[in-house]
Amino acid sequence: MNYIELTVPDAMRNHGTMWSRWKNRGVPAYLLALVLTGFYILVYWFPEPLAPLASLLDPLAQLLRGSAADRWFLYGTVYTVAVLVMGVRMLLRYRTQRYHVYRTLTLMTVQLMMSYLIPALLARMGSKEFYFSYFWPLKPEYLFPSNISALVQSDNGLLMFMGFWTITMTVVATPVLTYFYGKRWYCSWVCGCGALAETAGDPFRQNSDKTLTAWKIERWMVHSVLASVVAVTGLIWWANVDPASPVAPYAQDANNVYGFLIGSVFSGVIGVGFYPLMGARVWCRFGCPMAAVLGLLQKYASRFRITTNGSQCISCGNCSTHCEMGIDVRAYAQRGEDIKRSSCVGCGVCATVCPRGVLKLENK
Amino acid sequence: MRIVIIGNGVAGITAARYLRKLSDHEIIVVSEEAPYHFSRPAMMYVSMGHMTFDNTKPYEDWFWKKNRIELMHDTVIAVASSNAGLHISLRSGSTIDADTIIFATGSEPAWFGWTGEHLPGVQAYVHKSDLEALERNVQGARNAVVVGGGLIGVEAAEVLHARGLHVTMLVRESGFYRRVFPAEESDIITKHIAAQGIDLRLSTELDRIVGGENGGRVNHVISSSGECIQADVVILATGVKPTIDLATQSGLNTDRGVLINDRFETSLPNVFAIGDCAQFEHGVEQLWYAARAHGEHVARVIIEGAGPYVRGTYFNSAKFFDLEWQVYGVIPPESDESNSVYWNDASSTRSVRIAHNNGIVVGVHGIGVRLRQETCVNWIESCTSIDIVQKQFQKAVFDPEFTRKVTV
Ligand SMILES: Cc1cc2nc3c(=O)[nH]c(=O)nc-3n(C[C@H](O)[C@H](O)[C@H](O)COP(=O)(O)OP(=O)(O)OC[C@H]3O[C@@H](n4cnc5c(N)ncnc54)[C@H](O)[C@@H]3O)c2cc1C
Ligand code: SF4
Repeated sequence: MNYIELTVPDAMRNHGTMWSRWKNRGVPAYLLALVLTGFYILVYWFPEPLAPLASLLDPLAQLLRGSAADRWFLYGTVYTVAVLVMGVRMLLRYRTQRYHVYRTLTLMTVQLMMSYLIPALLARMGSKEFYFSYFWPLKPEYLFPSNISALVQSDNGLLMFMGFWTITMTVVATPVLTYFYGKRWYCSWVCGCGALAETAGDPFRQNSDKTLTAWKIERWMVHSVLASVVAVTGLIWWANVDPASPVAPYAQDANNVYGFLIGSVFSGVIGVGFYPLMGARVWCRFGCPMAAVLGLLQKYASRFRITTNGSQCISCGNCSTHCEMGIDVRAYAQRGEDIKRSSCVGCGVCATVCPRGVLKLENK
Repeated sequence: MRIVIIGNGVAGITAARYLRKLSDHEIIVVSEEAPYHFSRPAMMYVSMGHMTFDNTKPYEDWFWKKNRIELMHDTVIAVASSNAGLHISLRSGSTIDADTIIFATGSEPAWFGWTGEHLPGVQAYVHKSDLEALERNVQGARNAVVVGGGLIGVEAAEVLHARGLHVTMLVRESGFYRRVFPAEESDIITKHIAAQGIDLRLSTELDRIVGGENGGRVNHVISSSGECIQADVVILATGVKPTIDLATQSGLNTDRGVLINDRFETSLPNVFAIGDCAQFEHGVEQLWYAARAHGEHVARVIIEGAGPYVRGTYFNSAKFFDLEWQVYGVIPPESDESNSVYWNDASSTRSVRIAHNNGIVVGVHGIGVRLRQETCVNWIESCTSIDIVQKQFQKAVFDPEFTRKVTV
């Protein structure tokens, strides 16, 4: 299909975005936030009421995983359907821009395959339920000794592959890919959190806070989370290497606290629950340790940047308004400066909404 | 030293920012339209719901205090000079003494005294008050007429169209923007606008505006061809003229604009004029980019005693509904195969033209194609031959990744 020919006179338009009560923090947005937050709380801590809903998915669960549907299967299914359905919306909305078409299709495929079907099939095979698209520090346990040594030292080829995959992706691929393409290779093309944000979260992108104060808070928070996950991983390893050490008894507690506060409350309940109120990248911006690592690489060791086209900027503010990461893109563009911000996930929407062709994502 | 700037548009604000960067002087900006600087070209995005009015402000409100730029939301009603210096009177009744004054009063709608131009429902689209008027005027309205086929006219048409009104556009030229665009480009834009459902009346002007029964709101307009076109809203977008009344009354030499030399000096010592309101020997430069450049340069003149302002290679850009347009250098509207290379893709909404003078490139023009300013300007300023530019054209393409290639 040649969508360019079909639809050029019909580009992405933001008509009425600011008047929609769904998109702009009206009552429906608050209700949706309540529903989403509630759903996460049930899934994590009070799954009973969800049991009948989950059992509806039993046939599908039997087919895919060979076992009855539990709350996690329900959650994974809802999540994947959200990505696929809202992904189609995304494809329609941004159909004249190949960048968005390609990355949305990639996100949808990765979510469906790597985060849904393959883990289910692995479970069915009796192997480890493994997510090939998540790495440390987003999934801290993937680099924990219990996990990694079990995998790498396994005599099962598949498990060994998982072990080497994790190590290679974390230690080699992450810095290399980020050097060439910036953080976006992960955040806007692969990551499951990114997949939901870029599809289901697209209608809410303008709700991110662009103030300087928000930027300050963001840097403190996201780097604190990174420091915590490094500390937790270090503790777990320490306890593993030297079980007699005084910190050993606390390592698992530290991991549990991290898992509860960051893994569940922040990334789940707040991260998705607050989509309609603070934009879809609340977690990615303020909490995700993977984003923090990629961000540091992007800022100091990457060819990626958003270039500004000379003096063409009219300071209109479309770019800043629709930046889901809350970057004040205009502040750079109107001074003719390139944008090199650690938080930028390279979604490319600033370049799409710019009416003067000022912004371009480049790996130069 | 105390410097007072009249007008917080891009010219005045850029001057204030650079004055602060380069000096420690006291800086006061007086402006009547809005308490804080906003982006005038962004008005349409507010009217279409892409952004809130707050989003059009390029700087957060704390910025001014932090940079010691005092903002006054007021109107300057008189400027006088005496041996003691310059004196400014404000509508609120207070007065300010100043050592230096910069006029950055911008421009205002140019209307031509049509019958009915003051009827309710008839408006311009230039100032913040017009933005507010539009919100009132579109309530319950079904038909709109936009008069004028310039850049503001097409923005007004897009806004009204986005608000669900049926829009008729009266355009004096035989093709859209034909006064500026070569025939092919004008044709692309004309077709694109028509394809949106805009009723485009070419070679047509406004004759008069007619109100409804009992002298109420506008009801219809009569075109130069005598046709009657229904209208609940009329936007007169027939251009802007420099805002100079204050300057004239204050004894500055004015013509169309406030007369200045190439260092922005007016006929009064220590009084400067920049942006839309200023008129050089060669005329006015009423562009966002020019106003910004003036603001920076006048600060350099005042603080560093900089020499003449030299305008770089011309450039401009706009968006006609979904079609972006960018230009660098000179593209004569009468361009054809003899003095330009033209490319246009199969879908015929993307086009590039490279104009040359006996093989030396003088201008680059893109519709639906983004072009890198640095590269294009460089080609033009270093008198590059058309063959080289054609061969290296990919260097100038600024389209998003994966966009189909331009093959000039
Ligand atoms: C709808 C629209 C879209 C546009 N789009 C583009 C575009 O895409 N690209 C482009 O290059 N240009 C564009 N322009 C033109 C551009 O906006 C102007 O060239 C630019 O804003 C001029 O800036 P300025 O600072 O000289 O004046 P202005 O922005 O007009 O600011 C002057 C200010 O001075 C105030 N003022 C005047 N008199 C007094 C007084 N006596 N006391 C106190 N305050 C006073 C006025 O209220 C006003 O706020 C557009 C214009 C309009 C109306
Ligand atoms: S959207 Fe484009 S023109 Fe508008 S402020 Fe951003 S970079 Fe400048």
